[in-house]
Parts: sequence; structure tokens; C-alpha cells
Amino acid sequence: MNAPLLSLRGVSAYYGSVAALRGVDLDVNEGEIVTLIGANGAGKSTLMMTVFGAPRARSGTIAFAGEDITARPTHAIARLGLAQSPEGRRVFPRMSVQENLQMGAALHGGRYFGQDLEKVCTLFPRLKERLNQRAGTMSGGEQQMLAIGRALMSRPRLLMLDEPSLGLAPLVVKQIFSAISALNREEGMTIFLVEQNAYHALKLAHRGSVLVNGRITLSGPARALLDDPSIKAAYLEGGHAPTASVGEGVQA
Amino acid sequence: MDVFVQQLINGLTLGSIYGLIAIGYTMVFGIIGMVNFAHGDVFMVSTFIALISFLGLTALGISSVALAFLLVLIVTMALTALWGFSVERIAYRPLRGSFRLAPLISAIGVSIFLSNFVQVAQGARNKALPSMLDGGLTLFERDGYAVTLSYKQILIMAVTSVLLLGFWYLVQRTPFGRAQRACEQDRKMAALLGIDVDRTISLTFVLGAVLAAVAGLLYLLYYGVVSFSDGFVPGVKAFTAAVLGGIGSLPGAVIGGLIIGLIETFWSAYFSIEYKDVAAFSILAIVLIFMPSGLLGRAEVEKV
Ligand SMILES: Nc1ncnc2c1ncn2[C@@H]1O[C@H](COP(=O)(O)OP(=O)(O)OP(=O)(O)O)[C@@H](O)[C@H]1O
Ligand SMILES: [Mg+2]
Repeated sequence: MNAPLLSLRGVSAYYGSVAALRGVDLDVNEGEIVTLIGANGAGKSTLMMTVFGAPRARSGTIAFAGEDITARPTHAIARLGLAQSPEGRRVFPRMSVQENLQMGAALHGGRYFGQDLEKVCTLFPRLKERLNQRAGTMSGGEQQMLAIGRALMSRPRLLMLDEPSLGLAPLVVKQIFSAISALNREEGMTIFLVEQNAYHALKLAHRGSVLVNGRITLSGPARALLDDPSIKAAYLEGGHAPTASVGEGVQA
Repeated sequence: MDVFVQQLINGLTLGSIYGLIAIGYTMVFGIIGMVNFAHGDVFMVSTFIALISFLGLTALGISSVALAFLLVLIVTMALTALWGFSVERIAYRPLRGSFRLAPLISAIGVSIFLSNFVQVAQGARNKALPSMLDGGLTLFERDGYAVTLSYKQILIMAVTSVLLLGFWYLVQRTPFGRAQRACEQDRKMAALLGIDVDRTISLTFVLGAVLAAVAGLLYLLYYGVVSFSDGFVPGVKAFTAAVLGGIGSLPGAVIGGLIIGLIETFWSAYFSIEYKDVAAFSILAIVLIFMPSGLLGRAEVEKV
């Protein structure tokens, strides 16, 4: 078996003296969708940022494609082929949509910009209509599409998405999830997904992990996690698991 | 009328020099949100580098003015760029991420260091340059008063226009300019996209210093004398110009520079030369009361 594309071993990270990650072990294999679920404040976003060295892991090691990246500068990590659509979207507000996408393509010097733009616009037709609009004036959902599109523009080997469905209308959520699944199926893109919506995420993913208070408490095939009673109780009940209209996005 | 036109020309010339320095302030402020108080002194150092290299070339017997000018320009830009680079490395980068006032205090320290260093190394007296590139065009003449546009003035205004256009293009249309604006808007996100933020900031300082070097050379050529204290007042005026034009905006910096230059020149011509700086700063205060983000500053219309 090949070595995992991304692997974390005993990773701890702190904000000041407060621990946000405690000894996290995690693998993402090439071609997989792996999801991380957990309550608010569990450390999911921190984990994604720690992979990029911001904050830096205080102990443990992080390897990507066989290289130890634990101590690399953030920009050098990104250039290895990791892209992130971060929490809060973080589009560049005073740049146009097109310029934001160009920033995504910057690490290839814009070599594939034309054809990749085409692809992102097919995925999110909304962006195509708004290429010249200032990103800061777009709606929340549009900004989310832009953040994902920008990440795709770098042709990542590993795409990391932090709550891509946050604040979006059910129809758009569906659209984004089907886009994610298509990217994985058709292009074999490896995806690491952090989601509020545990039900959708586990439906989509091959494997999942549960993060509680900075610790991974459970890992396994997504199917198995969906059926796990403790997960059902903690993350799937309370409106997130539509029983009748599976995947139709009918929510409270 | 004749006097008016003449003052207009003089004011635009002076304003062009302020504008060139102001671009450096505005770019650095844009990218790290800090006033680079040492920028005026980097400008002053460049006037001395230019002076010394002119004198050196004259001693070597290079007599072609064009050749000398070109060589001096290259030497001055290179050495001043090195200054700008070192100042950022030594005084600002180690403080990045510390409390907000730290780099500001460091900047003031560098400013004092540079002006004292030049004072000690070069003496406190004015240094003069043998005049060159004299002459000019007489635009019109009436009742014995000739309105002239000197070659130096033409050079200064032309160089400023070309550099403004060039830098505007750089910032708005090139990958480097985009990276610069990305660092300005969200440094962490820029890094997540593979942008080397430190390098981008370094280059911004270097570019600001190169512009200061050009301004320094032109200043030396125009006035013929320089002194170690020439960093402070032109520096503050250029900073004022950057704020007036809307900090962060390149065309704003040059427009601000021109306005300050014009106010100063006209006030000296029609009212009193002693109060010219008071006039310039009063206008600044008034403009900022009504337009807090400056003339071309951005209006904040973003969603959060
Ligand atoms: N910049 C910061 N400084 C200090 N503490 C922080 C910082 N960012 C996050 N934290 C803390 O670290 C912990 C983990 O935060 P994180 O954002 O990773 O959670 P999360 O799992 O992404 O939560 P959510 O589902 O709400 O997005 C929280 O307790 C949070 O308060
Ligand atoms: Mg989060």
C-alpha cells in the first residue's frame, strides 16, 4: 500500500498556552474524500491551518507526499500542492472575482489560467456572470463559491474545505456537494472536508474522523460512522439527519 | 497672469518630487499598514549618494552630462534600494507581529540614525553640486517678465509621469502587483495561496526606495544643494501628500504631491514665504475633516 498523501502524527497545537490540538493522528490517502466532524470549538479549523503551519505544530510531525512539512513556511507548503478554502472564506474583498481566481493560480504563474477558469466557471456559473465584480460586494454564498474556485485554480493535489456549506441555501449546498463528489470521482482529486453538516459529509466521504476537544476520538469508514450510535446521538440527531427526503436538503 | 503661470510651473515641479516620495509612503503603508518614517531619510541619503557619485564621475573626467546622469541614476537607485532593503530587514521585519507601535518607534529610530549618520559622515553644512542641465524654454515674455520652463523642470515632470504610469501598471496589472494587494488585504490568505509574504514586503520597500532615489537625484539636480536635514521636511510633506491623496492610492499620492507643491509655491509667491508650510498643513487638516480617507482614498463599501 502507498504511503498516505497527508499524514499527521501526534500533532499538538496551541494558541498561547491553550491547547487546541492534542496528539492528533490522521491520514488522508490519495484519491480519498476524508471528513472531519466535531462540535463548535473542537479544533477542526485549527487542524486545517496547522497543516499549513499557522499555527505551527508544537509537537508531532506532518508529512505531505512523503515530505516532512512540519517546519516549512506556509507559502512553501501551499506550493507543494495543498489548497484550502478556509473558514470565513477569506476572499480578497477589494479585488475582482477574476483577480481572486488569478491569485489562486499564482503559484503556477498563471500558466493554466484560461482553461482552469473555464472549468471553475462551469462548476459555478454564478462566478462567470460576476468576473468583474468586487469580491467584497458578493453575497455570502457567492463568496463561498469563489473561495472554493480559488482553491481549485491552484490545481491542488489535496483540496481542503472548511465548512463549504456554511450559510448557503439548501439548493446551493446540494450543488456544492455534488461538485465535490464529481471532482473526486472524475479527476481523482483528494479532498479533506470539514463540515457542520455531518450527515451530508459522511454520505459523501470514504472515511471520517471525529474530533472532540482537540483529540481524535473515533476514525473509520464513513458508512460505519453513520451507523455508530454515539455519532448518531451527538452529531446526526437534532435536525441534521433528514429521514424521509434524503439529500433533498429539507432542514429545520 | 505671467507670475501665475510661472508659479504654476514651479509648483508642479516641486509637487512632482513630493509625489515620487509619496508613492513610497503609500505603497509601504498599503502593504504593512505602517508609516515608514525612515522613508524621508532614505530619500535624503539618496541625494547624498547622487551627489557623491556625480562628484566622483567628474573627478574621473566623464564629461558627457547624459552619460554621467545615467551612471549616477543607476548607482543611486542600486545603493538606495540596498538601504531600503536593509532598513526593512533590520528594523521592521523582526518586529512584525509584535505590538502595533513597535515598528513605528523603530522607524523613528532609523530616521534619526540616518540623518545623524549623514551629518557625521558628510558634515552639517550644505553640499553643493556644480550646476548642470541649465537653460530652458521661454514660453512667453511680457513687460520684461519671462515665463520659463527649464529643462530640469521638464525632466522632473516627465520622469514623474512615466514612473506613476509604470507603477500604476505594476500594481494593477502584474502578478507581483496582485500579490502585493493580496498581502495588503489578507496576509495569511496570501500565504495560503503560495505567496511569499516576506519577500513581497521586502520588494515593496525596495521599490519605494528606488522611487525615493529617483526623487533624490531630481531634487539634487533642481536645487543644487543638499543637507543632512533634507530628509525631514520633504519627507513629512510627501507623507502629507500621501494622506491627502488617500493613503494606499498611487495616483492619489502624486495628486496629493502636486497639491502640496502648488499650495506651497503659490503661498510663498502671493502671501508670505514663512507661512508656506502652515498653509500646506492647514489645507491637509481641512481636507481630512471633510474627506477622512483622502481625495482618492477608498470608500468602505464591503461586506464583512
Ligand atoms: N486565533 C485564536 N486565538 C486563540 N484561540 C483560538 C484562536 N482560534 C481558535 N481558538 C480556539 O481554539 C479552539 C478551536 O477552534 P477552531 O476554530 O479550530 O474550532 P472549530 O472546530 O473549527 O469550530 P467551529 O465548528 O465553530 O468552526 C476554540 O476553543 C477556539 O476558541
Ligand atoms: Mg471552524
